[in-house]
Amino acid sequence: MLKARVIPTLLYRDFTLVKGVRFDSRRVVGSPVQAVQVYNLRNVDELIFLDVRATLDERRPDFALIDEIADHCFMPLCVGGGVRDVDDVRELLAVGADKVALNTVAVEAPEVVRAASDRFGAQCVVVAIDTQRDGHGTPTVRIASGTHDTGLDPVAWAKEVESLGAGEILLQSIDHDGVMEGYDLETIRRVSDAVGVPVIASGGAGEFGHLLAAFVDGGATAVAAASMFHFTEQTPMEAREFLGAHGLPVRA
Amino acid sequence: MQRIAIVDHGLCNVDSMWRAVEECGAKGDVTSDPADLAHADKIVLPGVGSFADAMDVLVRTGLAEAIREHVVVNGVPLLGVCLGMQLLANAGTEVRSTAGLGLIDADVVRLVPGGTGAIGATGATCATDRAERIPHVGWNEVDPRFDHAVFAGIPAGADFYFVHSYHVRCNDPSDVLATTPYCGGFTSAVARGRIVGTQFHPEKSQVHGLRLLRNFVAW
Repeated sequence: MLKARVIPTLLYRDFTLVKGVRFDSRRVVGSPVQAVQVYNLRNVDELIFLDVRATLDERRPDFALIDEIADHCFMPLCVGGGVRDVDDVRELLAVGADKVALNTVAVEAPEVVRAASDRFGAQCVVVAIDTQRDGHGTPTVRIASGTHDTGLDPVAWAKEVESLGAGEILLQSIDHDGVMEGYDLETIRRVSDAVGVPVIASGGAGEFGHLLAAFVDGGATAVAAASMFHFTEQTPMEAREFLGAHGLPVRA
Repeated sequence: MQRIAIVDHGLCNVDSMWRAVEECGAKGDVTSDPADLAHADKIVLPGVGSFADAMDVLVRTGLAEAIREHVVVNGVPLLGVCLGMQLLANAGTEVRSTAGLGLIDADVVRLVPGGTGAIGATGATCATDRAERIPHVGWNEVDPRFDHAVFAGIPAGADFYFVHSYHVRCNDPSDVLATTPYCGGFTSAVARGRIVGTQFHPEKSQVHGLRLLRNFVAW
């Protein structure tokens, strides 16, 4: 049976790993290479590595860094941040990324999603969707590290990127990011029900029960978490054991 | 030391495979030159991406002919991984119908949620209430149907990492080395003579994956 995945997220900025709250107030949590080595030893299901400043700084991805961390990664690695065109996707795959996350570029140039999917296969094209609720509590899609509101409806956008050839959706809630009080289950459920590709829930996990809820109540295919693994003693391995004890299929 | 040629058709993460092969104590030689295959003890054909694009490259560069010659005539062991396993088949239907290497009597077809009919199907269906999503992404069990050197020391049902939308459907059931319970059960590994293919990524499957690669190096 396909296993429920638990994925640590590494956020990278200014040569270090950071973690913040609601995409802001980010503090340093360590070196990327060391973190990847530790997670590799801990036998995690997968890793997500996001360069959270690249698009804002108008930088391309740091291919040399990805090359270096991929050397320590005998598990799947999804890389995002700063991707602007199909050449960036190709180069990230060439240096060792297994999947590439497209976010801002997917909104600004949707043809890049289509081209990357046609050329490299849908299975390595992840579209990251950042959502934030407006004054009426309605979530909209934000790009450029959450700084720009596109006004797009997350469900409609998820269906659109699926039709463009995205093979997976990384659904992140800015409101819940770093708060550690649980995922945005409502949006996760709506998006999961609307698409046929896997959905990775992200933003808000503070305890193992939150992960369970994302699968059971949200219908997520996988869960990502950062603060929980950076700032608490809870580990991905223990998370899998907890999910397994509650009836979900997990890796031993 | 074993020299492992890793065929680079320009569409895939050969770097990951190279690192894993070196980790397994072999000399990895990433190449897109058909002549280099003559110096290899074994060949790995990795791959992500589209069947048609990859075959175009393999045929145009002469790699397809060189692989067939070394594997069929000279008996050099070959491991195809993911798209590399699919390329062993007669034909693929992704994007457009394209002839494959024809080393395994099989076709490549799209996974169908809840579907049946794959040779070697276990009949098991997903026991969760979640629909089977495509692509099939993540860790799933691999159940060998017979003893094979590449699975030595790996427990039956061990989890490996998959990320794919298409699968290989064998015409000869004896080529089915392992199956995986998804979409009604599909063929997740094939074997014929000195040819092996895995739909999963051993280079990304942690300890079991590295064990499989070590087994291949030692085979």
